[in-house]
Amino acid sequence: MTGFIVLAIAVAVSVAFGLYRLLTDGRIRGARRRDAGLRLGAQELGQELGSSATFVQFSSAVCAPCRTASRLLTDVVRDAPAVAHIEVDAETRLDLVEQLNITRTPTVVLLDQHGVVRHRIVGAPRKPDLLHALHQVLTSAAA
Amino acid sequence: MSSPQPTVAPKPIDPRGPRFGAAITAVVLAVILILGPGLPALILLIIQAIAFGLGSVVGLAAQPYGLVYSRLVRPRLSPPSELEDPRPPRFAQTVGLIFAVAGLIGLVAQLPVLFYIAIGFALVAALLNSVFNYCLGCEVYLLGRRAFGRPLATRFVPANPS
Repeated sequence: MTGFIVLAIAVAVSVAFGLYRLLTDGRIRGARRRDAGLRLGAQELGQELGSSATFVQFSSAVCAPCRTASRLLTDVVRDAPAVAHIEVDAETRLDLVEQLNITRTPTVVLLDQHGVVRHRIVGAPRKPDLLHALHQVLTSAAA
Repeated sequence: MSSPQPTVAPKPIDPRGPRFGAAITAVVLAVILILGPGLPALILLIIQAIAFGLGSVVGLAAQPYGLVYSRLVRPRLSPPSELEDPRPPRFAQTVGLIFAVAGLIGLVAQLPVLFYIAIGFALVAALLNSVFNYCLGCEVYLLGRRAFGRPLATRFVPANPS
């Protein structure tokens, strides 16, 4: 009997969690309150920022969607020379992971021209959302 | 500083293989739960632990459910639309092995609570993997690294020769 109860709980938890993730993964979130004023530069990232925006992608070796995200972002920045894509190995940069409070990979952080954290995308990103967030950062810079 | 991709990546695999394996794993774990503590569950769990162990220690090419997929199922399907790095699913096998061993300890030491919790968690992971294509490594791995500060990868995933 206990086995059936545990089985039912496991199935319910899996379905609830799976659906929740399906709905929320890859959604753009604005910078969190504690991100306010958080700034990253070439010194922390080891690479120059883009002159108008930078996607910082946190990846790890045991993460399959990170590969897809990496291809997608490479594609997005290809036609935008002022936008950079910097991929960070979360494992070797635990300092940045702690600073930004990254909990899973892939997490993409979008910086504006000054390196200020503007958006974060947790989970596998989708192209329309990426373009939308980028558009927001670029238009606010132009204004 | 920020070179995320190792220079030598292992041979990519058909991502449907691990998902197929996770589906079989989920069925086996569900049967183990229904059987409850006893000899039949012990035998099934030992078989499941060996399957996880082969996938984790030897590699996905040795994982029995993966072999069923590549020998019997894949030839009947169209080629995969894209291939995948084997390290994430291999990490998942390692996590499965940890739960299976915990469940075995629960059975042998007659700690039914440990048995039910361990197999319950393993079942959740297998269901999420097979039904939702959930990436266990993406979530648990970084949290583990943050908590323990040691590169789990160097212990569970073979270091790249580069």
